[in-house]
Amino acid sequence: MAKVNPIIEAVEVTKKFGTFTAVDKVSLAVNQGEFFGVLGPNGAGKTSIIRMMYGFSPLSAGVMKVFGLDISTGWREIRGQIGVCQQDNTLDPDLSVEKNLLVFAGYYRLAQSVAALRTRELLNFFALNHRRLAQVSQLSGGMARRLMLARSLINDPRLVILDEPTTGLDPQSRHQVWEKLRELRSRGLTMVLTTHYMEEAAHLCDRLIIMDRGRILVEGSPDQLISAYAGKSIIEVETPRPELVAFVKQQQVRHEELANRLIIYTAENDQLGRVIRERFCPEKCIFRSGTLEDVFLHLTGRELRE
Amino acid sequence: MRSLDLSWRFFKVWRRNLIVYRRIWKVNFLVPLLEPLFYLAAFGVGLSGLIGEVLHAGEEMSYIRFIAPALLATAIMFNAFFETTYASFVRMYYQKTFDAMLATPLSLNEVITAEIVWGATKSMLAAAIILLVITTLGLVNSPLALLVIPLAFLGGLAFGSAGMFFTGITPSIDMFNLPIFLFVTPLFLFSGTFFPVSGLPLWGQTLALISPLYHLVELTRWLILGKMEAHPLLSLGYLTGFALVFYFMSLKTMQRRLIK
Repeated sequence: MAKVNPIIEAVEVTKKFGTFTAVDKVSLAVNQGEFFGVLGPNGAGKTSIIRMMYGFSPLSAGVMKVFGLDISTGWREIRGQIGVCQQDNTLDPDLSVEKNLLVFAGYYRLAQSVAALRTRELLNFFALNHRRLAQVSQLSGGMARRLMLARSLINDPRLVILDEPTTGLDPQSRHQVWEKLRELRSRGLTMVLTTHYMEEAAHLCDRLIIMDRGRILVEGSPDQLISAYAGKSIIEVETPRPELVAFVKQQQVRHEELANRLIIYTAENDQLGRVIRERFCPEKCIFRSGTLEDVFLHLTGRELRE
Repeated sequence: MRSLDLSWRFFKVWRRNLIVYRRIWKVNFLVPLLEPLFYLAAFGVGLSGLIGEVLHAGEEMSYIRFIAPALLATAIMFNAFFETTYASFVRMYYQKTFDAMLATPLSLNEVITAEIVWGATKSMLAAAIILLVITTLGLVNSPLALLVIPLAFLGGLAFGSAGMFFTGITPSIDMFNLPIFLFVTPLFLFSGTFFPVSGLPLWGQTLALISPLYHLVELTRWLILGKMEAHPLLSLGYLTGFALVFYFMSLKTMQRRLIK
């Protein structure tokens, strides 16, 4: 297979704040047309690494290349070709919906006719046209988020960076955002996403990394990671009987004991699964398939990160 | 050493502020239109009866004629300083406007420069309106007074840069009380605005020479009345130097504050 130049290439990228190391020698590559996820608990270094990708934060060590250009010297050219949807609402509250896009286009030095055309297209695409003269403060959370996305596309970018694009949205708005993101992906746009929602990552990402404490724990497609770290099939038992716990221990099945719950990871069509079902599960047993959330919790643990 | 990363692209940020300003331009025009009228009515009419004539740079004049240029000069200071303190702080901290801009091909130095230049633009607009008001009232002696408008731009850069420097170091918006109480208010009162500096004891006169507002007030008087206490080139040089020092210091403090 021919070697294709990656869109983003990070080599041993490190970010330090004083003595605290937020990102610790992380290397990764994002390929053309890929939807790449960066997952991790709070403080894992997701936002730090994303901010280094668009030249917001300078690197403490390592090399970050985007479109083959070094971010520390080529930041202006790089930023001209990427779109960033930041975690916070950074819309301009002093401007109308439409003006938010038009003025932002100016920062990219887009010609006014091009800016007007892009603005019309994007307002239509994100179903905001009817609110184009509204003030930003009058928008609902979902609309504001869609406007953030629209704004990140104003310069027709080759790469879009999305930092928790659906945090705080209701399910309807979230699904609408997903739909738009999938549509953009089908047009061949390269995207990088951070999120706390495993369902979102599983839905959207071709490939993802799970980070913790500034390092990459695993990398792969959602399916690969699920079969490698969660198993195909999972049994959750509420207030398990001691016999079941003993049985699981004796059989050396991978499991987790929580305060009031037992989680058993089994392979598909496993003999063991059937045995457990028949012998120990008269009630309160949930049989389900493994999810990215299982992978995540398995790898990063269950204690709170505050 | 990093380069300054400064290009004409900063103009786009300046334009953003202009677009917002134009939205409520009637309100924005009202303040510089009415404020000098209030002051002139209170001090010029109310107080001048008590004071009578004032001696400035060897010339006797009415009190109202003496303070009119000073009111214009203080408006230059206030417009730029308040823009790059409260208004810039709101954009930076609460609205996160700078964060959004820093995802585009704009550098932080361009954003900060645009804010300061915008502050200076507001000073210039205010100066033009006040000049119109005091000309109508017959308080302007010379057509050279039109040069007050470019002077307002320079003064705006000086006080806008100082304001931005404080924005770079202030922990919260309430803390702007401090530079206003310790910097702006003393300047406002002791820069030859309401009484001639020549009337102060020597130490007071020396102290006034450090005040950037003193130089701005005197330059404004020079253009409007034809005479000033200090030398115009010295005052121009001081204002320019003050602007440059605080401009670079403001870039530095804002870099430290925002680039993480």
